[in-house]
Amino acid sequence: MGNPIASSAGANPAAMTGALRGGSAGARTDGVAETFNYGVVRGFAIMTVVWGIVGMLVGVIIAAQLLWPALNFDIPWLSYGRLRPLHTNAVIFAFGGSALFASSYYCVQRTCQARLFSNALASFTFWGWNLVIVLAAITLPLGITTSKEYAELEWPIDILITLVWVAYAVVFFGTIAQRRTPHIYVANWFFGAFIITIALLHVVNSAALPIGLTSWKSYSAYPGVQDAMIQWWYGHNAVGFFLTAGFLGMMYYFVPKQADRPIYSYRLSVVHFWSLIFLYMWAGPHHLHYTALPDWTQSIGMVFSLILLAPSWGGMINGMMTLSGAWHKLREDPILKFLIVSLSFYGMSTFEGPMMSIKTVNALSHYTDWTVGHVHSGALGWVAFISIGSMYYLLPRMFGKTQMWSVRLITTHFWIATSGVVLYIAAMWIAGVMQGLMWRATNADGTLTYAFVESVKATYPFYAIRLVGGLLFFSGMLLMAYNTIRTMAGAKPYDAPIPPASSAPAHA
Amino acid sequence: MEILILLIPLSVLLVLGIGVLFWWSVDSGQFDDLEGPGQRVLADDDTPPPLSKPEAVTGLTHVKLQQHRPS
Repeated sequence: MGNPIASSAGANPAAMTGALRGGSAGARTDGVAETFNYGVVRGFAIMTVVWGIVGMLVGVIIAAQLLWPALNFDIPWLSYGRLRPLHTNAVIFAFGGSALFASSYYCVQRTCQARLFSNALASFTFWGWNLVIVLAAITLPLGITTSKEYAELEWPIDILITLVWVAYAVVFFGTIAQRRTPHIYVANWFFGAFIITIALLHVVNSAALPIGLTSWKSYSAYPGVQDAMIQWWYGHNAVGFFLTAGFLGMMYYFVPKQADRPIYSYRLSVVHFWSLIFLYMWAGPHHLHYTALPDWTQSIGMVFSLILLAPSWGGMINGMMTLSGAWHKLREDPILKFLIVSLSFYGMSTFEGPMMSIKTVNALSHYTDWTVGHVHSGALGWVAFISIGSMYYLLPRMFGKTQMWSVRLITTHFWIATSGVVLYIAAMWIAGVMQGLMWRATNADGTLTYAFVESVKATYPFYAIRLVGGLLFFSGMLLMAYNTIRTMAGAKPYDAPIPPASSAPAHA
Repeated sequence: MEILILLIPLSVLLVLGIGVLFWWSVDSGQFDDLEGPGQRVLADDDTPPPLSKPEAVTGLTHVKLQQHRPS
């Protein structure tokens, strides 16, 4: 299994399958079975596990640094300010991005009954995206950064991202154009919206002027508060389309597949999609409450954030209710546990988010660890759980197996990860509300009751609980890696044949 | 807030684009059937056949497998 992305030439299991099915399955006129492009899916699925471990390890390190600042060893490359963007980039774009590439490439091929549009471009997205991540892992610790949150990578890497993203769009939409089914499944609509919107957000937000062609340094095209507005227009829509729409695509494919039940209401899924994408774009200003941004712009951000509760909960209910009448499956199937619990965290954080965008609530929560807790209930509870569940579904299928090496280990992973998330977010909620209350407390004469450092000191126990939660979540990923290695051991990469058109279900 | 001179037209363009896409999808019958697509995803069997391990293959099938395997 030297090169996981290589297609299984030689003793091709797909060809063997075709032969054993009497040579008819997916046979082309030249007698060679045409297969789906599982190679690139396999590569991204494995890298999801690898980058998950790397990103979460960095997260654990910086959580420990908040508790024991000496852990940066006075080395600038290991200082909190440089490792923190490395953590966010690694978990969002490396771990989450790889999961999105793997699941979207799998879903679009299976639901369109067509091979990916271009082998070369698909491989380019794999190598290009991983190169982006490696470059991020080098430049961020070196202090090379635009300092724009979630868009820290400097201009040469931004150009590479743009190229990879254009290739991604060509491969994805090219496959949809070549589909052998008349209908475009709802998951593909979500993936498609995610790809187009991220392209737009990235290009607009990353517009910058390099100080020279031989320098990494660049300056944003927008000044001052204009830049802040663009930054959070990007930042929140990245949450909306990278961390929500993309993963909703994952949800709409893998929850029904794993539960072996159709989505609760396909009609609701269509309504969910159109309402979400029509409404999303203007929630960003809630990141800039009580700043130099004009008041009315802040209010627009708040109102749009509140409206978003409706489509978000529509989608959450739709996914959960897919199990309606088959809740017993949740008892035995740890993959379903991951997928369904991810939806409950999605529901929770999409309720919490709009609440926190209300200006009076935000007056308490802004700049506290409550925000960090909210982000992680979404990132660990929703994004990571749905990705982990989907990868447990995908990984064995990439190696011709029906399930992972150990299902019990998936159950263990589920409980460790769930305990980790709960510890993490509960600690951050308490810490955040406490900080907010301490900062605003005043004495009768109008002076502040607490010095800032007192709130830092009071937060220490919660930083310790958060570190334990993070460690638990991280060790769950190590179990996943071990399970993946054992699943891959001795197995050959498997590329499923494309079912012949006659067996493809007809359009009603 | 001069930046809105960029952001508002961008949003309007995007919403127009989404509107056109919505119009096309309704017009081309994407949403005529709102039951079948949910079922058809399940009809696509993506579980690999239990053949990936050579030892799982028995008897006559095994011989056939050997013959079909490219050298």
